Amino acid sequence: MSLTGLFLISFLIIHVCINACIFNDLFYPEDDGDMFNRAAHFMATSMVVRTLEYGLFIGFIIHIIQGYVLEAKNLSRRGKGYKINLANKGSKWYSRTMGLLGTLLLLFLIMHISHFWVPSRITGLEEVEGKNYHNLFILMVDVFHNPVIVVLYVLGCISLAYHLLHGFQSAFRTLGMHNTRYIGMIKGIGTAFSIIVPFVFALMPISIYMDWIGRN
Amino acid sequence: MDHSNISLTLEVWRQESASANGKFVTYKVDDVSPEMSFLEMFDVLNERLIREGQDPIAFDHDCREGICGSCSMHINGRPHGPWHATTVCQLHMRAFKNGDTIVVEPWRAKSFPVIKDLMVDRSAFDRIIQAGGYVSVNTGNVNGVDANAIPVEKDKADTAFAAATCIGCGACVAACKNSSAMLFMSAKVSHLALLPQGAPERKDRVLNMVAQMDKEGFGSCTFTGACEAVCPKEISITNISRLNKEYLNAGMTVDKR
Repeated sequence: MSLTGLFLISFLIIHVCINACIFNDLFYPEDDGDMFNRAAHFMATSMVVRTLEYGLFIGFIIHIIQGYVLEAKNLSRRGKGYKINLANKGSKWYSRTMGLLGTLLLLFLIMHISHFWVPSRITGLEEVEGKNYHNLFILMVDVFHNPVIVVLYVLGCISLAYHLLHGFQSAFRTLGMHNTRYIGMIKGIGTAFSIIVPFVFALMPISIYMDWIGRN
Repeated sequence: MDHSNISLTLEVWRQESASANGKFVTYKVDDVSPEMSFLEMFDVLNERLIREGQDPIAFDHDCREGICGSCSMHINGRPHGPWHATTVCQLHMRAFKNGDTIVVEPWRAKSFPVIKDLMVDRSAFDRIIQAGGYVSVNTGNVNGVDANAIPVEKDKADTAFAAATCIGCGACVAACKNSSAMLFMSAKVSHLALLPQGAPERKDRVLNMVAQMDKEGFGSCTFTGACEAVCPKEISITNISRLNKEYLNAGMTVDKR
């Protein structure tokens, strides 16, 4: 879980950086998402990236299967439960519900792939006028003008934040990090990462829906 | 502080034997001194049950000083009850108010089957210790080297000692949503991995103990921290990270497996 989790965390860094290119529109409205489209074009055509994409899918599948197997195995260890159980007061709710948060993220992932990956890679997208690359930005603007989808994406980002809040530091502990100073550092970095990355992701549908970007 | 005696209602899990179906039985207990320990309150109740010709409530206890790890009651939703870093035997009735209802259950985990009432079979812990929680070097000043004559860095000695305070009560398993025994096992692995006397079996110890833990049917650690929060000896969850490091190191370097 920890190795695939950390691999997926590294993917999130790349994903958020590429997608953040849409915010160029805030400062240069005439850009009209071109910076983002060019970045997406590079990601879609680079052989190295395409190869890594297979690794990413494998990483997701292993992480999901491992998660469910672990959850099922652990749930079966209790047997009869307690009449009153307050023992979990010593732990955070999101640490105890990683399986549920992961399931919400899986549903989000299916929706996200159907919105963007499938049109981009399989069903096809219109190209930017006069250029030989897809206009993924127009698709984003189109998708994120639906308020229901915006709400679902924000909820997905909140699930991601809590999933990371536990998963980030837990991954390092699982791999044996026990130095008190480093654990403190990892907790701090993990908390910052868990807030900043989902916040930037959530800002994308919100910004488009509010017409802060993509007005042209 | 009010020293008036109190009256309580107890809902206690009663189970005739391992194979019998259990149920909660309600007992009214009056005139309970707040200076009594929780186990003394049970003694008083049991004396009454015996006088009335009823079967007394079975529960584990030994030292009643918080060091043997025998007492194991899940009180009002928490292993060892409401006080932090306290075993049931050290829990006193001043923790409760007059008229309170107290629900008392045994540890719940498939690896800790109920023997009778509030007693559970924790021999799985013994087998985990037998798998590797020992040292084979001679110690003491008769047949071996006096441990005090071996230099050990102060911080390592302190961390090893803190880990060695685990009394093996099983509260970590009782509290963990996965019924994991990792805090218990990591305390022993850390204790011996940090000291020179534990070095000869260091790698085999962690591999054998983890294998035995899996065999006993305990769950995996997902670092929720519930175990650390209820541990009467405040064993740190950091020990689990150290165990993981020891396990990875041993798994990658031991040839014979």
